[in-house]
Amino acid sequence: MMGSENLDSEEAHMYASREEMENLVLDEPSNNNNGTKSFSDYRSAMSSLADTHHPLSSPMAAPADSDPLLTPPPFRDFRNPNVATDNSSYIEPPSYSDVIFSPFDENAVNEINGVDSPGRSSDSSGFLSKSTSSSSDYVKITVSNPQKEQETSNSLVPGGNTYVTYLITTRTNIPGHNGSEFSVRRRFKDVVTLSDRLAESYRGFFIPPRPDKNVVESQVMQKQEFVEQRRVALEKYLRRLAGHPVIRKSDELKVFLQVQGKLPLPTSTDVASRMLDGAVKLPKQLFGESVAVAPHEVVQPAKGARDLLRIFKELKQSMANDWGGSKPPVVEEDKEFLKKKERMHDLEQQLSNASQQAESLVKGQQDMGETMGELGLAFIKLTKFENEEAIFNSQRARAADMKNVATAAVKASRFYRELNAQTVKHLDTLHEYLGLMLSVHGAFSDRSSALLTVQTLISELSSLHLRAEKLEAASSKIFGGDRSRIRKIEELKETIRVTEDAKHVATGEYERIKENNRSELERLGRERRADFLNMLKGFVLNQVGYAEKIANVWAKVAEETSAYTREST
Amino acid sequence: MITAQRSSSGSSHSPRSPSSQPYLSISVTDPVKLGNGVQAYISYRVITKTNFPEYQGPEKIVIRRYSDFVWLRDRLFEKYKGVFIPPLPEKSAVEKFRFSAEFIELRRQALDVFVNRIALHHELQQSEDLRTFLQADEETMERLRSQETGIFKKKPADLMQIFKEVQTKVSDVVLGKEKPVEESNPEYEKLKNYIFELENHLSEAQKHAYRLVKRHRELGQSLSDFGKAVKLLGACEGDALGKAFSDLGAKAETLSVRLQKEAHQLLMNFEEPLKDYVRAVQSIKQATIAERANAFRHQCELAETIKLKEINLDKLMLTRSDKVGEAELEYRELKLESEEATRRFENIVRLMNEEMVRFQDQKTLDMGIAFHEFAKGQARLANNIADAWRSLLPKLEACSS
Repeated sequence: MMGSENLDSEEAHMYASREEMENLVLDEPSNNNNGTKSFSDYRSAMSSLADTHHPLSSPMAAPADSDPLLTPPPFRDFRNPNVATDNSSYIEPPSYSDVIFSPFDENAVNEINGVDSPGRSSDSSGFLSKSTSSSSDYVKITVSNPQKEQETSNSLVPGGNTYVTYLITTRTNIPGHNGSEFSVRRRFKDVVTLSDRLAESYRGFFIPPRPDKNVVESQVMQKQEFVEQRRVALEKYLRRLAGHPVIRKSDELKVFLQVQGKLPLPTSTDVASRMLDGAVKLPKQLFGESVAVAPHEVVQPAKGARDLLRIFKELKQSMANDWGGSKPPVVEEDKEFLKKKERMHDLEQQLSNASQQAESLVKGQQDMGETMGELGLAFIKLTKFENEEAIFNSQRARAADMKNVATAAVKASRFYRELNAQTVKHLDTLHEYLGLMLSVHGAFSDRSSALLTVQTLISELSSLHLRAEKLEAASSKIFGGDRSRIRKIEELKETIRVTEDAKHVATGEYERIKENNRSELERLGRERRADFLNMLKGFVLNQVGYAEKIANVWAKVAEETSAYTREST
Repeated sequence: MITAQRSSSGSSHSPRSPSSQPYLSISVTDPVKLGNGVQAYISYRVITKTNFPEYQGPEKIVIRRYSDFVWLRDRLFEKYKGVFIPPLPEKSAVEKFRFSAEFIELRRQALDVFVNRIALHHELQQSEDLRTFLQADEETMERLRSQETGIFKKKPADLMQIFKEVQTKVSDVVLGKEKPVEESNPEYEKLKNYIFELENHLSEAQKHAYRLVKRHRELGQSLSDFGKAVKLLGACEGDALGKAFSDLGAKAETLSVRLQKEAHQLLMNFEEPLKDYVRAVQSIKQATIAERANAFRHQCELAETIKLKEINLDKLMLTRSDKVGEAELEYRELKLESEEATRRFENIVRLMNEEMVRFQDQKTLDMGIAFHEFAKGQARLANNIADAWRSLLPKLEACSS
């Protein structure tokens, strides 16, 4: 919680410049774990909504407002009063078919949560005991109210350049925020900025991936469907951020959520200033020999126009590494890490496969429900027809039988659809974790690039030392010293000093990132286990509940038509 | 009331009723592929058990093929106009499907139903052709089969006749003459409309029933794939969670098999009876109604001809022509023919009415059974599914504690 405490006392940091934020990052202790409850916050922020990129999201997934999972204890007590605030508790109803009656419990659930998302149909996520928040602090974010706005300056075309903004409302009881509820308007570009800044500040963490920038025509950009999809995606993203135990406390996120007006974070697309920076540096880099990489720069990977020289050096280094050049000294528990990396890769593959098959299962259930419904309707039409045209009693009897079957088929069809909506939500966990693998990739690549930086600096140091030695040897041969050479040696020594500093900082950064990786991997493991277990239980309970309901419906019809078997044998 | 028994899936039943009660029980069993290449076909064993005096003995076994059944149907159709002859399963157009196990079983079942329905029908069961079908040796059967030209196998001459009829009708209409002769019986109109509309409704229901069978198979397949994927994921996770995944995957695979089985049951016990119903209605539409129309037209034409002949005869009588005798003979012959045609037509009308009652009763029973099987099957399936998933819960509970 240190970050937020700093923020309290130094409100100026709310408008932190990049440099100040970097300082904060460097100041932060390496141990970021909040203790036992953090993973629940993380998971609970994972909306159980079908992803906008989920091909099945539009037809039948009931948009889930998974916020019930973020609510304070009263909600949990409602569901399971006997349970201590511990994630491993589970509902064990006498008849599983009752568990699934969440559609009818929606209202109660929503009242408790004070759900207010406009235009969202209420749904039944309540009984999914995913890693719910058992701690009393919560951050609830809602994205709503998309509006078209106009770019005031820089518009070459009058009335051109419109964009959409979204109203982002936050409710929280975490101390360190101004008040408990606040709203801002942000556009998608702001989200990209937020995401980029977070990526810089939280290297080594599994940062939830942001929604894609869709490159589509401006006409499409404004279509309602697209806007709605994006709204949903943004909400999911922000909730995930708020669910991450470390990121939820970041200044970047705070600033994003609270500061009215223009987002006070440096934008990545601030091309002009970057170019300028790069241009200024370029001559020195091209002509200057003793340009050292400033220590504060090494906390970021080399990229962009600014860091031409650094990129070049690091590229050289990585090539040297690849060709089995000097063995980098900073390679400790590499094997351990490589094993874990391998496991993550494996997991990703299996998740992808399982995710695909889950989709096909959902499709199968959906089709079954649809066809069953169509069959029911066809029989209802037949029933009506026979009744209208009936001359004989046998026709009326047949019509009555048909009606029973038709009604049962229609009921069963509805149950299949409900079953499927729930199945989608449960199995969505697979999709979620698959998406998370992106964050893992990001965190691992943070590590590699930090390592590369360190290795580069070490190589550089050794070559600098070599040069210094040569110079000293040469100048010592001249009695009284060589004025110009001595000066050069002094400069070199200065460069070496600066580079040493940079190396220390870079190594520190690398260690920090390693630790972030480690703690995140552990957190991921814990949360994943819990979430997958919940997924399995939810899935199974759901199947049992609906199968029971469907069985009952058909058993009744079998009973009603039982006379026929006796007659025929 | 003679009770004939319906046998199922190839096993021959011993008659339920004591030997004093008349019975005629047939089973179509044991499909065997014979012949080679394009000429390959399926032969069936037809086992007849009866105490009808007209039959050769209490039990007889013959070998028959599909076209023999077609012969029987066509013969019955010729002889028993007005009766709703039970429908036959379709010839299969698709080559590779012709010998699939499922198709063969469906066809066998349908042929069994066909022949037993005939045995159940109080008029049809007395047919000589039926006796031939059930008892004749294979060579005789082959000879008869190749001779037959039923209503469904028109000779070229007949086709010409039909064509001429259509031509006259068309030219009559074009020339503004009266509409072709049709019954103007409102009740019959109602019946015809009923049959036509019923076919549409039934076809739709049958179509969805067939799709439902497919859906069971598809769901089974996706469950199987899902199960496999989940098992692999479990292998990734390891320890208790991994085991949970792997158990779940295994259950999914088990249920997949169950679903495939149910798909088959659904096909045989629900979709096929619906299909049979559609066939029966189509047969009434295409054959019985057509026959009645023919008989009616024939009767009308003869009535017309007779009127003309009467006029002519009167003329001849007045002119004391020597052709009177001849004309009188012709007239009397025509009169007989006309009476015969009328009788035939009225017979068809009577039969159709009786048949309608019987048909409706029959179909209520058939559908009742089909619905029962359907509901039973679905209930059983759902219970199996619930049981299978439920069995996983204790272990899943244990995992989280």
